[in-house]
Amino acid sequence: MPAINEGLGMLSEQFMLMAGLAYAVAFCAYAWDLVTYSKAAKAGLAAAESGAGMEENKHQLVAAGSAGLGASNAELGLGAGPQDRAVRPSSKTHTSDDGITAGDSMRYGTEKRVVARVAVALTIVAACVHAMAVVFRGMAAGRVPWGNMYEFCTTGGLAVALVFLLVLTRRDLRFLGTFVIGLVLVMLTAASVAFWTPVGHLVPALQSYWLVIHVSIAVLSSALFTLTFAMSVLQLVQARREASIASGKKDKALVMRLVPNALSLENMSYRINGIAFVGWTLTLMFGAIWAEKAWGRFWGWDTKEVWTFVIWVVFASYLHARATRGWTGTRAAWLSIVGYLCVVFNFTIVNVYFSGLHSYAGVGGS
Amino acid sequence: MKEKLVKKSPGAKQEPASADAVLPRLGFVGMLRWAWRQLTSMRNALLLLLLLAVAAVPGSLFPQRSSAASSVTQYLANHPTSGPILDWFKLFDVYSSPWFAAIYLLLFTSLVGCVLPRAKIHFKAMRSAPPRTPKRLSRLAEYGTVEIPAESGISAETAVHDAAAVLKSRGYRVDVRDLDTDRPSVGAEIGFLKEVGNLVFHISILGVLAAVAYSGLAGYSGQRVLVEGETFVNSIVGYDTFTPGAYFNENRLSPYSLQLDKLAVKYDRESPGHYGQPIDFTATLTTKDGAGAAPKSQILKVNDPVSMGGTNVYLVGNGYAPVVTVKDGKGNVAYQGPVVTIPTDGAYTSLLVIKVPDAKPNQLGFVGFFLPTALVDDKGVAYGSDPDPFNPQLNLNAYTGDLGLDNGVPRNVYTLDTAKLKQINGRDMAAGGIVLAPGQSYTLPEGNGTISFDGIKRFAALDIRNDPGQIYVLVFAVLALGGLMGSLFLNRRRVWIRTGSHPDGRTMVEFGLLARGEDHRLAGESRALDKALHTKWLVPLPSAVEDGTQDKSYKKTRKDQSDTETGITMASKDQ
Repeated sequence: MPAINEGLGMLSEQFMLMAGLAYAVAFCAYAWDLVTYSKAAKAGLAAAESGAGMEENKHQLVAAGSAGLGASNAELGLGAGPQDRAVRPSSKTHTSDDGITAGDSMRYGTEKRVVARVAVALTIVAACVHAMAVVFRGMAAGRVPWGNMYEFCTTGGLAVALVFLLVLTRRDLRFLGTFVIGLVLVMLTAASVAFWTPVGHLVPALQSYWLVIHVSIAVLSSALFTLTFAMSVLQLVQARREASIASGKKDKALVMRLVPNALSLENMSYRINGIAFVGWTLTLMFGAIWAEKAWGRFWGWDTKEVWTFVIWVVFASYLHARATRGWTGTRAAWLSIVGYLCVVFNFTIVNVYFSGLHSYAGVGGS
Repeated sequence: MKEKLVKKSPGAKQEPASADAVLPRLGFVGMLRWAWRQLTSMRNALLLLLLLAVAAVPGSLFPQRSSAASSVTQYLANHPTSGPILDWFKLFDVYSSPWFAAIYLLLFTSLVGCVLPRAKIHFKAMRSAPPRTPKRLSRLAEYGTVEIPAESGISAETAVHDAAAVLKSRGYRVDVRDLDTDRPSVGAEIGFLKEVGNLVFHISILGVLAAVAYSGLAGYSGQRVLVEGETFVNSIVGYDTFTPGAYFNENRLSPYSLQLDKLAVKYDRESPGHYGQPIDFTATLTTKDGAGAAPKSQILKVNDPVSMGGTNVYLVGNGYAPVVTVKDGKGNVAYQGPVVTIPTDGAYTSLLVIKVPDAKPNQLGFVGFFLPTALVDDKGVAYGSDPDPFNPQLNLNAYTGDLGLDNGVPRNVYTLDTAKLKQINGRDMAAGGIVLAPGQSYTLPEGNGTISFDGIKRFAALDIRNDPGQIYVLVFAVLALGGLMGSLFLNRRRVWIRTGSHPDGRTMVEFGLLARGEDHRLAGESRALDKALHTKWLVPLPSAVEDGTQDKSYKKTRKDQSDTETGITMASKDQ
């Protein structure tokens, strides 16, 4: 067993602090971008209303020509929310910015969002520093840095940030930045304040290669669930806003202009949740295999096992809800949110306050 | 029974409707059918699934007999009013309770009721030709055209066969139709494995449940505490506790033996934050496959069980077993050997009980604790400060009287009921408590004999398990995972391609794609198909998108369209 390197451990904590500061600045930048860009969008809309809407119409016409179903684009514009059963579960909604919500493609036109670019750059810097902090922690302990809650939390935060950056290369999800980076900040703060543990060796029960397999897949799935949690919350807000605008009320949450419509959010979080659910199934299976090796039984209704099972069932319900009349849209979003809250509960309350075989929190113990 | 009722029901229907009878009568069979429909409806399956999640929660809030029986006893003792009520609701046996079973059995019945008809429908769908070609392909979610120039000499009929070949090479099941008309077409379908995956997943979940049940019935398990130097022989008497499954018989115990030679424990001595935390337990065993077999040396560690005679042996606990000798009032050795203790904290403050029923003239009992590294606080009370035996100390109180072991009532070896015994020494008594370091001995008051602390051994707590069912659980779980991935990540699509001859000699081809269920990659497939068809007939792709001659907004819109548009789906059956 390699010796503990205290110096590297200290370095890791300093890097963690630097990453936290960078995330905090990035968080502010995302929030700034959200506010300023939605103001710009409002100005653009005002211009379009005052007769310069030709370009907009042209878009629609060309769109109509290029796809056989173009005619329905106009109809689908706003009424395509989850309340409109006829179009679900297709992911076809309106294609471009209509001034009320962002397009399904999440391509926001040609204007450069300087502040958002700064925010993403800062996120990349923060994630790099954060990654180094995690790597140093692992090197200091001579093992994977997933042995206690401090380490789960810091690695989990890194996974969320990396998954977010990865998805950014495919889709412009910068509107989620405030939310996601905010959650990363919460995780880092919780890790440093509530769960802090000095570098140490693993207790014998954790000395297994299953730690690498089981925990990495659990952390990754949780990171994906974090993304969809943010999307589902926005979906609920956006669905309310769409309904209120459709009923002729004034748009109160201009910030939401930057966010895609509720149906797009629902479709995208469904896709991500599908992947995360497979990940969680693997977490459950790998956990059972490891439990058989460590404790002599593959399933024993240990508190952690119970909650992992509960989360699995909640997300299974979510997947079923998407195929059930009357349960799509808002209700499915609630299930996704409840599922994520269970993930958080399982990680925090169950680890710290419930007695069980998974008591590796390293918090407040002897 | 059922048949009789069926015969009866037409009569019931013909009853003249009375003035206030508005609802049609269902009859018993109708009721059953209604109940079955309700049970197998997607909405109720979903509610049952949510109910299952909620029902599993109490098992984590209350101690469970299956995993922590002693905590349940403790809970009942601490809560004399609410405890029995909770117990009546089976909240200490949630996962074997009737109400939990009711939920999952209803859920699985619903699942069967849902899966079987779907399997039948899907089996038919897989064997039947793709549906007839829609009249207006341009109404489909994805639509495209190819114009084959007249000079290439490809007729409409050749073109439709070519198109079928293209689709076939892309994995579609194809059906060429309407060849006798001037608008021949091909219908194609792909992605049957999506629904197969869905069915496999649900059936495998049933399989997992069955395998878990089998695993509980067929296996057996037991515990044994083994002090260094002791030998365990795999027979029922060899176990401290033994839990057989329903199908167990004694012949299944293979007569192997294992001796615990040494248990080495290593504690963290370098990191200040984790000083004294255990970092390694290694048990060295000498094992024999049978009575006459050659001995073999094996290593047993946490996370690394030893397999023997169809069982796995796990290292699940450890502690100290101080070796003591008790001589009675007559000077005879009444007890000699290691005493297994119960560690209570990270410093291995270990509780122990010594019962000496053979002591004469009075039976002797000792209650106390063992400290591997004893320190004394300012009040003179000894406490443990380290798990390693740097300053081992035995602290005991002695009792005399009838230990109650002679009347054949089974007693817990780790507790001593001192209510009817006479205490002869202790910390608060004149005689003082017994405090022993290794090698020391103590003479009991009133001529009751002596006790000596001879040395320290360690013990290992072993779990021994045989579980023939768990491999099936794994197999079904892997099948379920495969099915799940198929059902989530595969897409079921239909494609139709129609050809016709233009009066000017060109052959016109149009194609349309339709997704069944959610399919965000339909547009991509449409583009790929478009390209494949153009390549097949050597028609250059229309370059409007690529050559940049169009204005910017057009280009942008096209790109958005093709990236994001996906199929309008047919309402699937279960909605």
